Amino acid sequence: MQLESMYQEIILDHYRNPHHKGLREPFDAEVHHVNPVCGDEVTLRVTLKDVDGEPVVKDLSYDSLGCSISQASASVMSDLVIGRPVGEAMRISQVFLDLMKSRGADVPDEDVLEDAVAFAGVSKYPARIKCALLAWMAWKDATSQAMDRQGEVRR
Amino acid sequence: MTAATEYLNVEAIRADFPALTRTVRNGNQLVYLDSGATSQKPVQVLDAERSFYEWHNGAAHRGTHLLGEEATDAYEGAREKVAAFIGAQPGEVVFTKNTTEAINLVAYAMSNATVTGAFPGSERFRVLPGDEILITEMEHHANLVPWQQLCERTGATLRWLGVTAEGRLDLDHLDDMITGRTRIVAVTHQSNVTGTVPPVADIARAAHEKGALVIADAAQSVPHQPVDVAALGVDFLAFSSHKMLGPYGIGVLFGRAELLEAMPPFLTGGSMIEVVRMEGSTFLPPPQRFEPGVPAVAEAAGLAAAVDYLTGLGMGNVAAHEESLTAHALDTLREINGVRILGPDSTKDRGGAVSFEVQGVHPHDVGQVLDELGIAVRTGHHCAWPLHRALGVQASTRATFYVYNTHAEVDALADGIRYAQRFFGARQ
Repeated sequence: MQLESMYQEIILDHYRNPHHKGLREPFDAEVHHVNPVCGDEVTLRVTLKDVDGEPVVKDLSYDSLGCSISQASASVMSDLVIGRPVGEAMRISQVFLDLMKSRGADVPDEDVLEDAVAFAGVSKYPARIKCALLAWMAWKDATSQAMDRQGEVRR
Repeated sequence: MTAATEYLNVEAIRADFPALTRTVRNGNQLVYLDSGATSQKPVQVLDAERSFYEWHNGAAHRGTHLLGEEATDAYEGAREKVAAFIGAQPGEVVFTKNTTEAINLVAYAMSNATVTGAFPGSERFRVLPGDEILITEMEHHANLVPWQQLCERTGATLRWLGVTAEGRLDLDHLDDMITGRTRIVAVTHQSNVTGTVPPVADIARAAHEKGALVIADAAQSVPHQPVDVAALGVDFLAFSSHKMLGPYGIGVLFGRAELLEAMPPFLTGGSMIEVVRMEGSTFLPPPQRFEPGVPAVAEAAGLAAAVDYLTGLGMGNVAAHEESLTAHALDTLREINGVRILGPDSTKDRGGAVSFEVQGVHPHDVGQVLDELGIAVRTGHHCAWPLHRALGVQASTRATFYVYNTHAEVDALADGIRYAQRFFGARQ
């Protein structure tokens, strides 16, 4: 059965015990993203801080309703992104996006993706790719909004 | 996995459907429980469409050569068959792309009547600011969004009937909800989520008493139960070929003759005109007025073959077969701890769509497990997002039944759900 290749133990763990879940204050930007095909949704907040002139993700909080893949992906993402400089986190998100588009062909880089390598099997099921990407897309949107606002403040 | 019920010889029927012989994931035989999304096709339909292209293909209603004549006969012959199937006159059957386009046709005819008033008698279709459009919370988006948009275009107010916890229409305040300002009442004839069959004839009577038009979304009813437009008393009715064993790309709008006579067109162009001058054009009588462009004749030939196939089975038998499957599904799923069925718990006024929640397992994940077992269902909100909110559910898993499904396939569904519960460690 192929099920185990997609639903790795890591994913089921994150699904049952999602990390960093819940909406927290203060925050710099909040977004609400939806997958219209299935009704999965996520509300996501981002707080940035300045470290030596570089923006760093201070906190990422979220609330979401959705399938095990979308929930686990949000949880894994929060582990990867919190505390990282925005630039580095954006690069990780691109690596993850490439993995999702690979149709099972890519060998995932555990050094870069850590727990997110568990989602490699999802790329073989095109219908579930959007599930894995929902939270990442929301985070990118929230972060770029937060950065825009910071830019305005500085001006 | 085949059986004959007292209503249909399912084994013989399945032999007509090549798709049902497929193996899918993990070498499993296909168990197709998604006919509510689209139905599989019998060879008779495929042969009719192919044969048309091979031997009779010409552009209908144009020119004077033999192939054109044969194509016209095929198209108009299909129209007559479809009309007889629903108890209408051929002139009351308009071919569209699908149900969604058919409903949009009426909605746009109404706003077009409001803007131009080009047709005598089209005043009755006008929608003015402060007028009302009445729909329900049970609707598929196809019979919801076009009415929202009509209100946006005209300044009318959208109102809606609610849904009870049992998944029936809340008709307690029907007489208050239809007012002297209601222009049209749009209601489903059979819910694609809960299978609920609202009392459309009663609703039509109440609407007509106040001078309102009535349109029924019959996408899930015409394929699955005998439908007679006179008995329903509706002014308009819409359905799709691809949900009733026919090809994609063709659907039907039924409209009462005197209404179509007075209705402005929606899409314009060739085929629907009478005289065209640079200064202006006039339009043909119905149904041609509503059929612009070259007609989808091959698809009409396929639909005609689908109507023949269903007529051969007998729609009463089709409905009885599905009721038997639905009853078995309700009984079997009710036994599974942690499964909540949406909608009515009996087959009374309830057709063959069974949507359910599995506690602790999201529909996507249920659907994924079932897919691995070869079972095709639908997951999500099934283009009925407000209905899901009204039932207090984010999303659901849906199984739908048709002429080629068996009791054993229902059992396979139940086994698959139990497997999904075990896999995800959900409470059983």
